[in-house]
Amino acid sequence: MTATGTRLYRLGEFHRFEAQGARFLYLVPAGAIFAVDEAVAKLIDCLSSGEASHEQLIEDLIARGVAGLEAEDLIAEMFHSGVIASDESRRDEPQVLPDDFPVQTLVMNLTNQCNLSCQYCYEFGADKLATPEGKPKFMDLETAKASVDFLFSQSGDRRAVHITFFGGETLMNFPLLKEVVAYAGGRAAGEGRNIDFSLTTNATLLTPAIIEFLSANRVGVTVSMDGPKEMHDHLRVFSNGRGSYDIIAPKVRALIQNHRTRPITARVTLTAGVSDVIRIFRHLKNDLGFHEVGFAPVTTSPNQLYAIGQQGMNSVLEQFHTLAQEYLEYALRGESHGFSNVSDTLAELYQGVNKSHPCGAGLGLLGVGPSGDIAPCHRFVDSDAHSMGHISTGIDRKKQADFLSRGHIDSKYDCHTCWARPLCAGGCHHEAYVRYGDTGHPNLHYCDWIRDWTNTCLEVYAAIAARNPEFLQQFAERKALQ
Amino acid sequence: MKHMHPLNRKAARIDNYVSSQTDDVVALQDHPSGPPRPHVPMGCALMFSPGWEVDASGGTAGLCQPVERDIYDCFVTCYWPAQVPDHINNAPDWAMKCATATKDWRNLDIVFP
Repeated sequence: MTATGTRLYRLGEFHRFEAQGARFLYLVPAGAIFAVDEAVAKLIDCLSSGEASHEQLIEDLIARGVAGLEAEDLIAEMFHSGVIASDESRRDEPQVLPDDFPVQTLVMNLTNQCNLSCQYCYEFGADKLATPEGKPKFMDLETAKASVDFLFSQSGDRRAVHITFFGGETLMNFPLLKEVVAYAGGRAAGEGRNIDFSLTTNATLLTPAIIEFLSANRVGVTVSMDGPKEMHDHLRVFSNGRGSYDIIAPKVRALIQNHRTRPITARVTLTAGVSDVIRIFRHLKNDLGFHEVGFAPVTTSPNQLYAIGQQGMNSVLEQFHTLAQEYLEYALRGESHGFSNVSDTLAELYQGVNKSHPCGAGLGLLGVGPSGDIAPCHRFVDSDAHSMGHISTGIDRKKQADFLSRGHIDSKYDCHTCWARPLCAGGCHHEAYVRYGDTGHPNLHYCDWIRDWTNTCLEVYAAIAARNPEFLQQFAERKALQ
Repeated sequence: MKHMHPLNRKAARIDNYVSSQTDDVVALQDHPSGPPRPHVPMGCALMFSPGWEVDASGGTAGLCQPVERDIYDCFVTCYWPAQVPDHINNAPDWAMKCATATKDWRNLDIVFP
């Protein structure tokens, strides 16, 4: 061990932010959030202009009004927590992924057919990766059962597994969905494990009987919906160009009214013509009654007319700020607000995640297409270039290793100096492929946006932690452990 | 930690780690983070110069003499055989800087024969 006297200190890696007039640090890459006092701020000031020896640092701190003994304690605390570092500080070694990572979630694309023709669709639109020619359009029961068996056999000793139904339009193959729920539910019960189901739908095919089934079986429902009529109908249209709002609005109301076992979520795709976030939120939350509303900008190459430009993204961010502030006011009163972009981020901040990959794709989550082809996630389903094995032969470990090593944060050099990387880890693999032609390319077009949004969520988190910490308890359960 | 208050799970883990690196040595019965416990001087065996014994609660703070007192039972009087330097021939000055064992024990250094 080196004596403290010979250490040369420098600043460690962290993001400083303030909320409610108090100071906070977000340590990187740990993902730890601390409230800090004035002495810490003084220490950071001392090292802001460069390195300093132990003695020099003590002198500087005393000059700034910190007592000598206190300064020693302060330096020790900051050194061991990583706020300041020296050459002897432990470097983070790249973490090797376990050979056999247990699957937790299987996204089953029950069909690649859809009754809408949304222009921006990543499955059918201009930027599509899917190569469905010659492949089955609907998953059959045999493939579905094999997929469920695959999930159970590949999930190791996980107590809980999850199946998400996807499409195409998921409900175009509702009969199969029912069979899968029964079959997978039976297998889970037989093995004493928990399973839960969710689905994403455009809501056009919802009927009272389907709603009753989804409620009775606790199937979580996310509805793809872009806001009030004129916005929703801008791109979410049938093949004849007619908007789908009038068809789905009454069905969505019925769904929210009659499906009482799980929260119902709306998932909004923001495009050039549809970016009035606050109005969309008010409509979906207040007029229609969704429990949660989440937003994501459309995934697209930048030259599409519906792509949101920089200006559009700035306006979106500004409106996100307004809703985040509103979320905070609700949280301080202990009430649920429903803006899921905030709650999803708070959940990750609560745990202090430090991601090796932006999401579980290809790791704990896999997609399976109607043909039984395995893909990293539902967005790559039916794309020959991204196939990662077949349900009958298992995961192609070589392709999986290639996908995961590309997507690993260690191979994204642009991210290595970014303080937001514990949460972002370079962003969506699919988005990266559409933009840059490489699933492992960091999504550089979003960096400023992500950092600003992460900072906003940190401020909200810190304010809640200071004034109503009980609210954060709802994030205590890790999804993976449920 | 004195200057940083942990607000999430990862911060709590770092807090524990830093405490393990920076906290001073404490007697077994002292629980810096727990509630204070009564010191009951019971169960100490008076026929020994107290040292290796523990008190009624399993700690050493309730003994009728401080454990550090035992150093001299080993060092000078050789009352109890222990791994301490030999004051007769090799390390006569070992305890020169340690007038009061309970306060000055940090000054006792390792001796390399």
